[in-house]
Amino acid sequence: MSDIAHGYNFAYLDERTKKMIRRALLKAVAIPGHQVPFGSREMPLAYGWGTGGIQVTAAVIGRDDVLKVIDQGSDDTTNAVNIRQFFACTTGVRTTTRTREATLIQTRHRIPETPLADGQVLVYQVPQPEPLYRLEPRRAETTRLHASEEYGLVNVKLYEDLAQWGRVETSYDYPVKVDGRYVMSPSPIPAFDNPKMHMSPALQLFGAGREKRLYAIPPYTDVRSLDFEDHPFRIEPQGHACERCGDGTSFLDEVAGADGRVRWTCSDTDWCAGRVDQGHRHE
Amino acid sequence: MYIAVKGGERAIDASRRLLAAARRGDAALPELAAAQIEQQMGLLVGRVMAEASLYDPPLAALALRQAYGDAIEATFLLRAYRTTLPRFAYSEPVDTDRMRVDRRVCAIFKDLPGGQLLGPTFDYTQRLLDFATQAGEPPVVDDAAGADVEAVPNALSQLAREGLVEPCEPSDGDPEPPDITRDPPAYPLPRTGWLQMLARADEGWVLGMGYSTQRGYAHTHPFAGDLRSGRVVVELVPDELDFAIEIGEVELTECQMINQFVGSAEVAPVFTRGQGLVFGRGERKAIAMSLVDRALRAAEFGEEASSPAQQQEFALPQGDSVEASGFVQHLKLPHYVTFESELQLIRKLRADVHARAADVARQGDAG
Repeated sequence: MSDIAHGYNFAYLDERTKKMIRRALLKAVAIPGHQVPFGSREMPLAYGWGTGGIQVTAAVIGRDDVLKVIDQGSDDTTNAVNIRQFFACTTGVRTTTRTREATLIQTRHRIPETPLADGQVLVYQVPQPEPLYRLEPRRAETTRLHASEEYGLVNVKLYEDLAQWGRVETSYDYPVKVDGRYVMSPSPIPAFDNPKMHMSPALQLFGAGREKRLYAIPPYTDVRSLDFEDHPFRIEPQGHACERCGDGTSFLDEVAGADGRVRWTCSDTDWCAGRVDQGHRHE
Repeated sequence: MYIAVKGGERAIDASRRLLAAARRGDAALPELAAAQIEQQMGLLVGRVMAEASLYDPPLAALALRQAYGDAIEATFLLRAYRTTLPRFAYSEPVDTDRMRVDRRVCAIFKDLPGGQLLGPTFDYTQRLLDFATQAGEPPVVDDAAGADVEAVPNALSQLAREGLVEPCEPSDGDPEPPDITRDPPAYPLPRTGWLQMLARADEGWVLGMGYSTQRGYAHTHPFAGDLRSGRVVVELVPDELDFAIEIGEVELTECQMINQFVGSAEVAPVFTRGQGLVFGRGERKAIAMSLVDRALRAAEFGEEASSPAQQQEFALPQGDSVEASGFVQHLKLPHYVTFESELQLIRKLRADVHARAADVARQGDAG
């Protein structure tokens, strides 16, 4: 813990700010899926690069936590490295790349493939917390729509997609309904990951720094991707297997090689490494 | 297998070193002192302080040097530092009528109490690049400098006394202003909230929004009533005392624009005001801000709000340079996962289209 940033409080934010964020989080947990405004602070990382997730992590992290940070499923993408370094030097907590070992996981754009367990906390970085913003940009108006549970706009949008394309034209940030009440943005995770939110044993916290909103899904909460009875939400397999571990069920990255050949590998690098350790290989 | 999954950490380290070297430039030349920036790039220092909402010229100069001369990056550095500062107290409102002005112009009267004071301005320079100064500038002879002028009455006061211009005093029961750096915005914001947002908005954005009101996107019929720059004392009332004490002074630029208003069923015709107030000598921004302020008051005067500058949710949040810069530039972060999802979708949509076309062709053949 020698390189803990001198002159800054544990986890950078002062205790009063953390308290303000925790209060907002408590409200968010009490009203699953509801966006709670909070006094988002200017962080020393750029807006759009995870300032909301960083503030949530800073507010809940303790000395005994074990932190994992991923971006696009990987612990080694530059932004994940940068955020992990930030917390390593402002808290001195242990960091890990292993999903099972982590008590606190901050993520951008993915949910780990390894099923989360009781007691784990997953913090999502959220660029745009308002699931209706493409349909109604005025936040004064969308606040009213959520309050009166008026979700006609988004249902019409889904219907129009089905009528025009025969399928819903949304492949990520696919809206969900939480606990049968609020329509919520799952952040730009692939629709592939949406089912992982449903009845998850982990506490899921969402932070949008620039938009100054927090929201949450408590453990074991009903989370449904929006759909229609005659057009149920479904995940379509990618139809490939990982070049390294051979998995055909995890979400795969598509990488074009210089030889013109396309290779598919697990987006979740910890999942992939774990399978390789267990002896799995590509056939 | 050559797909890179490690190396992010080393790449970041190397990038930081490259930035430090690029920023320093040719090591044969002397390093720029932050004090030189503060003294010789005062307008830039003022702009950074205004957009950072932090009045601290030495730190703004330091930020500019560290930011490689980028104004938004320097603003970002200063704001991130500002967040960590404790709040001791809120100051009393500054009184710009008591400003020690070194510039005050009024476009609506030829002469007036306090006079017209040109001060240091580019307005009547001829924009000829001075090649003779390439080798160095001769010493400046400051024979035009006069002492700061004490309290100059606002050019609009007389008109306000006659009732021709709306007064500018807080009305009874005026709520405490929100603190936009602590309270999340809830639209519609009160005027005290939007003025704060405009004061720290990106200068280019405010300039463009103000300009739009002059080109037919909202009409405000503006006249520059009182435009002034100078130093103003900042006072606060400590908990232990029941009177205000001076804690320092700040350099400010203020523009009070007056605008035609023909009246409505309830209100007699009266000139209305738009206000611009910024740290430093950001005169261009203060003028533009006063135009946008007046445009945003559309609802108050029952004016149709059909233009961007009249719509809070358009004119305000998009103008924050640090928020906008971060989010626009986050597009260079990896989006492999979302893009892969889109690739899958577009392949399926294309397959659907081709399948339908093939069906149609088959039916055509059959018929």
